Amino acid sequence: MFNRKFVSALGALITSVPALAYESSYNMPVGVTPVSHDVYALHMTMFWVCCAIAAVVFGVMIYSLIKFRKSVGAIPDKTLLHSTKMEAVWTTIPVLILIALAIPAARTLVTIEDTRNAELTVKITGYQWKWQYEYLGKDISFYSTLSTDSNEARQLNSGIDVHTVKDYLLSVDHPLVVPVDTKVRLLLTGNDVIHSWWMPDFGVKKDAIPGFINEAWFKALKVGHYTGQCTELCGRDHGFMPIAVDVLSKEDFERWVADQQAASKAAATADTSQATASTVAAP
Amino acid sequence: MNAVTATHAGDHHDHDHKPKGIGRWLFATNHKDIGTMYLVFSCIMFFIGGAMALAIRAELFQPGMQFFDPGFYNQLVTNHALVMIFGAVMPAFVGLANWMIPLQIGAPDMALPRMNNYSFWILPFAFTLLLGSLFTPSGGPAGGWTMYPPLSLQSGNSFPMMIFAVHLMGASSIMGAINVIVTILNMRAPGMSLLKLPLFCWTWLITAYLLIAVMPVLAGAVTMLLTDHYFGTSFFNPAGGGDPVMFQHIFWFFGHPEVYILILPAFGIVSEIIPTFSRKPMFGYDAMVYATASIAFLSFIVWAHHMFTVGMPLAGQMFFMMSTMLIAVPTGVKVFNWTTTMWKGSLSFEPPMLFALAFLFLFTIGGFSGLMLAIVPADYQYQDTYFVVAHFHYVLVPGAVFAIMAAVYYWLPKWTGTMYDMTLAKWHFWVSTVSVNVLFFPQHFLGLAGMPRRIPDYNVQFTDWNVVSSVGGFVFGFSQLLFVWVIIKAVRGGPPATAKVWDGDMTGLEWSVPSPAPYHSFETPPDMH
Repeated sequence: MFNRKFVSALGALITSVPALAYESSYNMPVGVTPVSHDVYALHMTMFWVCCAIAAVVFGVMIYSLIKFRKSVGAIPDKTLLHSTKMEAVWTTIPVLILIALAIPAARTLVTIEDTRNAELTVKITGYQWKWQYEYLGKDISFYSTLSTDSNEARQLNSGIDVHTVKDYLLSVDHPLVVPVDTKVRLLLTGNDVIHSWWMPDFGVKKDAIPGFINEAWFKALKVGHYTGQCTELCGRDHGFMPIAVDVLSKEDFERWVADQQAASKAAATADTSQATASTVAAP
Repeated sequence: MNAVTATHAGDHHDHDHKPKGIGRWLFATNHKDIGTMYLVFSCIMFFIGGAMALAIRAELFQPGMQFFDPGFYNQLVTNHALVMIFGAVMPAFVGLANWMIPLQIGAPDMALPRMNNYSFWILPFAFTLLLGSLFTPSGGPAGGWTMYPPLSLQSGNSFPMMIFAVHLMGASSIMGAINVIVTILNMRAPGMSLLKLPLFCWTWLITAYLLIAVMPVLAGAVTMLLTDHYFGTSFFNPAGGGDPVMFQHIFWFFGHPEVYILILPAFGIVSEIIPTFSRKPMFGYDAMVYATASIAFLSFIVWAHHMFTVGMPLAGQMFFMMSTMLIAVPTGVKVFNWTTTMWKGSLSFEPPMLFALAFLFLFTIGGFSGLMLAIVPADYQYQDTYFVVAHFHYVLVPGAVFAIMAAVYYWLPKWTGTMYDMTLAKWHFWVSTVSVNVLFFPQHFLGLAGMPRRIPDYNVQFTDWNVVSSVGGFVFGFSQLLFVWVIIKAVRGGPPATAKVWDGDMTGLEWSVPSPAPYHSFETPPDMH
């Protein structure tokens, strides 16, 4: 198990081929949105730049540790006290590297902040300890909580082997459902304390803060089931309010919406008739 | 101190007579006694905070909840941070400042000895309050050391105890800082201009200004929390027109300079040790001073990089990204200067040098992850994950804590007058350095793969690296007992140390007095012209 992981870790370090790194347990997911691809590219660029700087700096350090040891008779050169030229070089080069890194980062950031022209808007509210999803203008609203089997297994000394639980701590009763290839805008707020909605595969993390409405967006390019977690400490069960998103094809999504609306209409009718019945029955 | 009636024998000076009994410590005004108390206190807190860390690593060793209620886990996380930051690292630096600043600048003692006593004796009360809060019916503070409202406002009776503890810690730090500033600015030996000041004193001088600037900000922030909780104000309560994000801005305006309060004295220590064991003066002394000052200045304009996900305007995010990236420049200057100090030197590897070298390598790794965290779009993925946990533990444990250990190993013979067990100290170094990497390096992977921080349980996909990290944690934790044993052995006796202690290139005044250093450092100041 470990061997396979270390080999693939090595593979990814050498190649950084997105496909190889995708199911990794040591690196950021490449994800399924244009933004997550950009973020992954930024992340890997930063990583390699750091590696390059490390190779140079650590190289000089290690060379010094080997070459200038007292035990091999190194004589200190006490005149080496100051060099304006060197200092200018090692101040200027980092500045240039930083500028080169800041440009693509700023470009991606501008894209991330552009929430215009969304085709679907979902309002997300964080509660202790669950999420509520409201599809604006579609009359769909539901809560999403940790699935029952995970919840039973995570109790102190539950005696349940968590390896037998499917998607332990990452599965929910009602996942957020969105269409593929569609710009989905998220409006985030908190009901009690601050939560944070994180979907690693979408490159989206935004705090859900009481009294604030935050905006974020994503456009998933691939149908599938994706998971994430709350990432702002929100009390006792902070570790137990996962996020799950089902990305459906556009047709499937339309069908899902119709089903939901029909179900909620049926529920509303049932409620009304029940209410009528109870009013009638009341006297 | 009854110097007048002292009946001394031999060639000892009369002022070397120490007060007897418990009064020596309770009413201590001697910088060395107070320094010792700070260091012992810090060591006790290091083990209390460390025990909490091991409890956390034990729970995270396997998926599933084995030992704690999630609420208690949150208390462990919160108190581990508060104890380590305010109880272990900061008092250790103040202890080192107390011991070494008068010795390094040729002064008889700290400028304000009575206040020095207060600033130490406040701390045991502060931590009794904080740790005592764990035994209140609703348990200790559990909202994270950052105390973000509205969550922190849900605390029970531990809440005011934590707030008052933070106030006391802040008061203690401010007094300590005032003392350092007054001592350095007024009590330097004649002829010791500011640009001849040892770098440990320089970094502490700048740290002290940071402390005075930001501790009142923290005090203000927590007081507003207190009135929100008990007196019906709504500073941070949205229902009453307040703003929970404002707390984060205020907190991190304190919090980021605080981060440098925890690392600048470490820079100073490393800048003392590397030249000694390279047998060569510090390369670019002036640049080191200016770099430290630049880092301190920048620390005031980067705070919001701790909160990129709260939904700031684009321009704000851009500003904080760029200013944060800028910190890499002066920090780089420091690393390059240390490296160049070793270049064409004559290196030897005594325990203080080993720890300083580990600092140099591992702090730099923490610096790299810091640079990655500055990139806002990537930070969205890193924020509040184990990647951040790995980052700040790299800069705080093999960073700040290793520098403290390097300082203890460097100056211990000056304090005790005996040489410690070098073999045991080297064992301590190697076991610590290997295990600290086993402990923290895999946490980078966990964070990138998607594990949020501050969670007591996790999906099985994160098991392997958590096992590795926990094993490293336990080895690291228990190997610190070696450190204590080396110190205890040295205090009880050993081969006598010379005044110079090390075979190295040292110009510091602390090496001009005998080992152990006399009870009062310099009655007549040395002439530095």
